[in-house]
Amino acid sequence: MTDISMPATGTFVQRQLDVTSQAAAARVKRRYRAEKRFRFYGLAAVLFAALCLVILLSDILNKAWPAFTQSRLTVDVPVTAEAVDVNNAGAGDYDGAVRDGLRAVFPAVTSRADKKALNAVLSSGASDALRRQVMANPALIGQTVKISATLSSDADLYLKGSATRAHEQPAAFAAKVSGTTGSITVDGGAGAFAGELAALKRITSARAESMRREATRLATTAQSISADLKASETRLASATAAGEKEVAATYDALVKRHTENKATLEAQTSAMRDSAEALRNRASDIKGSENLDTAMPSLLILIKGGVVKATSVSVDGVKGDVIVPLASDTAAQPGAWKMLVVESPEDSRKIQDRQIAFLETLKQKGAVQSVFNWPFFVSGDSREPELAGILGALVGSAYTMLVTLLLCLPLGVGAAIYLEEFAPKNRLTNLIEVNINNLAAVPSIVFGLLGLAMFLNFFGMPRSSPLVGGLVLALLVLPTIIIASRAALKSVPPSIREAALGVGASKQQAVFHHVLPLAVPGIMTGTIIGMAHALGETAPLLMIGMIAFIVDVPARLTDAATVLPVQIFLWSDLPELGFQAKTAAAIVVLLLFLFVMNGLAIVLRKRFEIRW
Amino acid sequence: MDAIVAHQNNVNGHWGGAGNAPKIVARAVNVYYGEKQALKNVNVEIPNRGVMAFIGPSGCGKSTFLRCINRMNDTIASCRMTGLVTIDGQDVYDSALDVVQLRARVGMVFQKANPFPKSIYDNVAYGPRIHGLATTKEDLDEIVSKSLERAGLWSEVKDRLSESGTGLSGGQQQRLCIARAIAVGPEVILMDEPCSALDPIATARVEELIDELKSNYCIVIVTHSMQQAARVSQRTAFFHLGSLVEEGETQTIFMKPKDQRTQDYITGRFG
Repeated sequence: MTDISMPATGTFVQRQLDVTSQAAAARVKRRYRAEKRFRFYGLAAVLFAALCLVILLSDILNKAWPAFTQSRLTVDVPVTAEAVDVNNAGAGDYDGAVRDGLRAVFPAVTSRADKKALNAVLSSGASDALRRQVMANPALIGQTVKISATLSSDADLYLKGSATRAHEQPAAFAAKVSGTTGSITVDGGAGAFAGELAALKRITSARAESMRREATRLATTAQSISADLKASETRLASATAAGEKEVAATYDALVKRHTENKATLEAQTSAMRDSAEALRNRASDIKGSENLDTAMPSLLILIKGGVVKATSVSVDGVKGDVIVPLASDTAAQPGAWKMLVVESPEDSRKIQDRQIAFLETLKQKGAVQSVFNWPFFVSGDSREPELAGILGALVGSAYTMLVTLLLCLPLGVGAAIYLEEFAPKNRLTNLIEVNINNLAAVPSIVFGLLGLAMFLNFFGMPRSSPLVGGLVLALLVLPTIIIASRAALKSVPPSIREAALGVGASKQQAVFHHVLPLAVPGIMTGTIIGMAHALGETAPLLMIGMIAFIVDVPARLTDAATVLPVQIFLWSDLPELGFQAKTAAAIVVLLLFLFVMNGLAIVLRKRFEIRW
Repeated sequence: MDAIVAHQNNVNGHWGGAGNAPKIVARAVNVYYGEKQALKNVNVEIPNRGVMAFIGPSGCGKSTFLRCINRMNDTIASCRMTGLVTIDGQDVYDSALDVVQLRARVGMVFQKANPFPKSIYDNVAYGPRIHGLATTKEDLDEIVSKSLERAGLWSEVKDRLSESGTGLSGGQQQRLCIARAIAVGPEVILMDEPCSALDPIATARVEELIDELKSNYCIVIVTHSMQQAARVSQRTAFFHLGSLVEEGETQTIFMKPKDQRTQDYITGRFG
């Protein structure tokens, strides 16, 4: 009969369902509360996830934003026949021509160091566009051509304000200058520069403090060395007394070394103490003038179309060297000139004060524009941040995905159909199924090793090529697609198969005419997931050499290429500041690529979807 | 038009077996699902025209036997069958016989209406298409309209043939499935509880349809409703625990059953 044994004593009494008592009301309340709580957890989780996503995306976009614009310099370049040979226009000295064009803007730049600084404002690829232009139209030789030249990454970052902290201070008072070139003074009247001076004194005071702390630290080290010295001396004495010559010699050397070290440290400590003291005195002398060395912030004065770099600031005026000559030595009215405070000391930034002066002058002349960074999307990688583009990686990714998709979809879906619909259910197919499930969990780097051993070493396919990358990623994605496709096929109701078989369709007709179309949405979803996975995969591609630095945009499947995630990995590793924004921008491009790919797949799925 | 003529011939049974010779003969049929025996030594003869009903309690093997006739049991891996089933004297389980052609000759209607998620037209046209019954679009159109007419659905769907078959009501879907089955021109139609998911009005509609079809086809129907068996069938077979208990004229089975178990079942004492 039934497995439930009846109670041994007494008879079973069905209890009345209790809906009116307080206990029942409490039970109902508890049930509602539990449900409400669960809803709240769910909502909170969703909101938290959404918030994290927003923070992540806004952070990436914020970091990537500077990379989507580029500073360019409009400059008139004399393309002389000396620089460029008409018969060999490709080999001309275009770099020199562009430099000449820029130097014409700053006639006062004559010294070697100044010239070098001015040239460094330009990118090493500044003349590329001009070269193409002249090669296309040799009639330009002998003319002056107005070009838009790329600025160097350091100049670009300075103009964007992302690498160097600098702020402008409009001057509220009139300033008299003592000359237009050389060392001059800028006199602002009694107490005019008191604010700047006070700020500088604060910085000096802070420097004095940190120097004093360093001196104290050195003194502590010196003390511990002198303790070691004492111990060594004692050992030396006892060893000498005992007549152990070798031991004594060792300790003798040790004593000498300790003595030397101690002396050096003590000398350093006292020197540091002295300079800290000097700095403190300078800081506490409120009225005294402050010298600006390379460890101090820079103060540039933009006045009368020229730039003065301050060397010494006093309460009333500034002594400085002219970098860009002034137009006249008449007094400048309040508001007609300004001060530029570059907070990071010249020592700890890549752009020199001179270059800042040049850039500010060019900016005032209106020769610098910030434009959309189109080259980023149409050029390959480069060692120069301002020239590096994403197109190579984008095309590499597209080729790789193409190979992966073309291999994976037919193979994966075919395998799934065979295994799900046709294969006999026996031990062998069970083994295959288990192995496919396991393959989906194999770390991707292992597939990279397999690709290295198989495709590169055994079959001798070209290294770093999208073809091999696509093959390796296909191995990676196949299990995912097979599993998803099998699940999709399994979810098609058996009544459809029976209906087809019932009207006399063969097994294959039933599968291909009826089951497969109904499974397409599920198969597409699995494929999208698999392809998205493949698109973001880096590790296996490193093994087959897709990490190489490749400048050219691949034109064939067998060309050396890299892919977006690897490009991001490469750029994130570079020390140049300019690549930071590029890295974020490449991430944005990767995400957009992913969105476009998935969007396309969803549109296709919707089109082929059969509604019940 | 040739296709249509051939189609008509097919409907009228070009397979010989005219007159009163039984269409389907089963001898000593045993079916096993793995270890479990589902059918025990079933012997039955099904006449060439008319309706034969299989009745019996759940799990008695009547559906299993029905699925033996068009070899639908082949799709179940654990299913094993011994014995002989013939249609017009031809062994259904003969290895020389193509199972796909057999199923084209033996149509089937399932318990739950299972139209393809395609248009009404494509539902009916699918069978004729894969069997090459129509050479031109006009022939196919004619087969579709004839089949829908026979299934009593034409007037209801003739204006929306391109709409999805799954958008019809339950009863209409089941009649669409019947139209789909007869579009191939079968000689036998197997119906596995075709009305179990339908309301009484739709059921009446399908029963009328069965009544109209019986003069042209050999129909075998499995049903749980004894009233339905009494209403639509000329012969009835009672299955119990895998055995065929009693078989005969429907009236005899319901009025004067020979076996006590049949008596108990039709009077509602078990089942």
